[in-house]
Amino acid sequence: MTELLRKTAAELGELIAGREVSAAEVAQAHLDRIAEVEPKVNAFLHVNAETVLAQARAVDERIARGERLGPLAGVPVAHKDVFTTKDMPTTAGSKILEGWIPPYDATVTSRLREAGLVILGKTNLDEFAMGSSTENSAYGPTHNPWDLSRIPGGSSGGASAAVAAYEAPLSTGTDTGGSIRQPAAVTGIVGMKPTYGGSSRYGVIAFASSLDTPGPFARNVLDAALLHEAFSGHDVMDSTSIHAEVPAVVEAARQADIAGLRVGVVKEFGGEGYQPGVLARFREAVDLLESLGAKVVEVSCPSFAYALPAYYLIAPSECSSNLARFDAMRYGLRVGDDGTRSAEEVMALTRAAGFGPEVKRRIMLGTYALSSGYYDAYYGQAQKVRTLISRDFDAAFHQVDVLVSPTTPTTAFPIGERADDPMAMYLADLCTIPTNLAGNAAISVPCGLADEDGLPVGLQIMAPVLGDDRCYRVGAAVERALEDRWGGPLLAKAPAL
Amino acid sequence: MPYDEALERFDPVLGLETHVELGTASKMFCGCPTEFGAAPNTQVCPVCLALPGSLPVANAEAIESTIRIGLALNCSIAEWCRFARKNYFYPDMPKNYQISQYDEPLCTDGYLDVVVDGRTVRIEIERVHLEEDTGKSTHVGGATGRIHGADYSIVDYNRAGIPLVEIVTKPIAGTDAMAPEVARAYATELREVMRSLGVSDVRMEEGSMRCDVNVSLMPRGSAEWGTRTETKNVNSLRSVERAVRGEIERQAAILADGGRIIQETRHFHEDTGRTTSGRSKEEAQDYRYFPEPDLLPIAPDRDWVASLKAALPELPSVRRARLKQEWGVSDLDMEAMHNADAIDLVEATVAAGAPAADARKWWMGELARRANEAGTALAELPITPGDVARVTELVASGALNDKLARQVLEGVLAGEGTPDDVVEKRGLQIVNDEGELSAIIDKVLADNSDAADKVRSGKVAAVGALVGGVMKASRGKADAARARELILEKLGVS
Repeated sequence: MTELLRKTAAELGELIAGREVSAAEVAQAHLDRIAEVEPKVNAFLHVNAETVLAQARAVDERIARGERLGPLAGVPVAHKDVFTTKDMPTTAGSKILEGWIPPYDATVTSRLREAGLVILGKTNLDEFAMGSSTENSAYGPTHNPWDLSRIPGGSSGGASAAVAAYEAPLSTGTDTGGSIRQPAAVTGIVGMKPTYGGSSRYGVIAFASSLDTPGPFARNVLDAALLHEAFSGHDVMDSTSIHAEVPAVVEAARQADIAGLRVGVVKEFGGEGYQPGVLARFREAVDLLESLGAKVVEVSCPSFAYALPAYYLIAPSECSSNLARFDAMRYGLRVGDDGTRSAEEVMALTRAAGFGPEVKRRIMLGTYALSSGYYDAYYGQAQKVRTLISRDFDAAFHQVDVLVSPTTPTTAFPIGERADDPMAMYLADLCTIPTNLAGNAAISVPCGLADEDGLPVGLQIMAPVLGDDRCYRVGAAVERALEDRWGGPLLAKAPAL
Repeated sequence: MPYDEALERFDPVLGLETHVELGTASKMFCGCPTEFGAAPNTQVCPVCLALPGSLPVANAEAIESTIRIGLALNCSIAEWCRFARKNYFYPDMPKNYQISQYDEPLCTDGYLDVVVDGRTVRIEIERVHLEEDTGKSTHVGGATGRIHGADYSIVDYNRAGIPLVEIVTKPIAGTDAMAPEVARAYATELREVMRSLGVSDVRMEEGSMRCDVNVSLMPRGSAEWGTRTETKNVNSLRSVERAVRGEIERQAAILADGGRIIQETRHFHEDTGRTTSGRSKEEAQDYRYFPEPDLLPIAPDRDWVASLKAALPELPSVRRARLKQEWGVSDLDMEAMHNADAIDLVEATVAAGAPAADARKWWMGELARRANEAGTALAELPITPGDVARVTELVASGALNDKLARQVLEGVLAGEGTPDDVVEKRGLQIVNDEGELSAIIDKVLADNSDAADKVRSGKVAAVGALVGGVMKASRGKADAARARELILEKLGVS
């Protein structure tokens, strides 16, 4: 592996800006790495080397002309295949969109381009971002670089694996119930779910509109903050986007000072169903925070117990409506249009053939939950739980500045282990879902390897709405202290591919 | 069953759901233009085509227009409300859900007064809400022009996403035999309210105003409402009236035979005035409404709503009351002008200088007759209020008499130019030249010596034939009164 691949995104940005290395060289190094490891990892659904090099050369030319670009200009990024890109196919991991090339860029896509980032390709995901393992992709599972027989998390599993396998220094993801934080945790990297509305959903193929949040992956906290800053901020194309300054996340990641910070440990997360090695690393991380000057208290959030069931009513309800547009009429797959069938039959045949089992399961769940006579008992009740969860967060953030928990109850599980057991699969998001329901911010940073399997464990740091900077400040402090202890990044311990 | 018999046995109950396309420059949730008649699928974008990843952004002007409509209809304006998704699959609806409003409409509980045969009927408004229009399907082949049985269908998404306001009345009972006229009067009045607000061009033939007519019958003396049908495809004010009448007759016949009315959607046919069965609503479709998560709630500021209310234009009923007073006409005259869509034309003619009585006389008389003959609306006649005012001026000055004025109007309608052009080209000026008139009279007296002698001998009544001869000889251009004076003078009997 060349030295360029080991560099952080911040370092690469400086080298390219100082013309010590060209963006094209950096891009080529990553393309070579992709060619080398993709057969094992399957993180990407689409890579076009020519397009990549053309983007990189364009950045080099802009720099040569003396244009002042952002700190990530020329740095490669892997883009989750749920963001529309007008020069690349966008599938959302589904057969129903196979080969579709959107006529427009997502806001996140265009901001990456404006900032001079070089988009390497589109990463694999659970179909329509529904899943926690990337096994629900119509294009085959992605493998965890730590152990290729295991899942890389999901739904943004291609994004986490690409960064963990050094195929890209940065990647984008979306987090609806934990789809950034859980993959980051199980691949030993950093993943951030910003405050809902802090990053634009325009051009993000919708799963659950009130929950979907684009966010960054990186191998360290500062890089994640730089990417976060590059694509966040108000967007007139997204009505739910927040009219506010992007929190000073880069500054917070650089400060990394937590003296006097009040940290709450969520009492409800832990115990049965949690892997001992995960809990051990989590407790050490809490002790570490205390040793760095934080004041740690236990906080109770009793409504969090109902977060998972509420989520599995709200998210499927919204998805049942959001996915109705895939009807073979205007784009994507069309099945059975032989001139003898009605539009309705073609719609039904196309949806039967184009959607995978998990997507169908959620569409049916949501259709049922919204139906007349059941709405109040299911969707309506779930919305009330959502309000209670927000109140638990409000009360907690009255007492403390951040809340912490393990990101996931277990480390990466073997591919296939939970594929036939949706309930077991859903438990992977137990600790991450409350944040999606309340719309606040949370990050996952690596906090060590579980003793029993030697796989990465993530520490989740939750902050109030628009308190994204706190996630980075605490995450960076933990990262700095742990890397001192480990003598380098956790990822250095990963086996060579 | 004949209408009168139906009314003897049953009491009709009406309900009207009116959709009005707002005339905003851009669509409800995207920036696409809204002009009617563009080439198919040219006014579309990722949002109104529902491409994956696209999101709606609400049109602020459409929200303002809806609130103004609500205020004009005396509604309460919600302090907080949301859009909702109405879920159903249909190829002309790109998202397969319509962004609409469900249990939280922008405007509720208003009314609109209409006048029929001099009687004021208060139509209560249940709600006014904002939604988006669908695309337009054309079903090719097959007998019905509808999707079932068609060979194929084509969809134009230019209309998809145009802001649509739905105005729903409460059930309208107690109108008896007037029900069809009440329905028409309501639609007419509503259209005028929209026009006065400037929120829509309300052209029923282009579909920018569409009325769905609900009708049910209850037997006389019963307190229980019957099963209703909803008639769609009612594309003119006249059709509103005919659809109600036709549906009353159809339902009455079924009920009188001991039959049962099926709750269904029916389609109105302009050519026959009849309705045919459409989709049955017996198994109520479940639209799975839920609050639209892609849009923020609407919370209209109270001061802003108050300022919108204060800035409402003069509403049509208020204006009619004012004009009635200014013009000194009766209620029935006013209603007649209203029904003929003549009020704007009369007002503009008065503004151009004509006396109100003359303006009304020409528009409601000769011009109404011409419009009727041509099968066109009064306003579509190729003549301006300024032209009509000029004709009244020419009559008042004595340059034209009524008969000549009618010829002038005919010339203007035939495209011969302004009234003055027509007078000139057709030579329609009254003969005021005494010398010319005198010469004509001399010739008439010479040709009719018998009649002249009778007058000379004291039979003055015989002068009529001579005046007639002068009028004929002058081809109607002579001033008949002056001709009479001159004849008597020449014959020495004055």
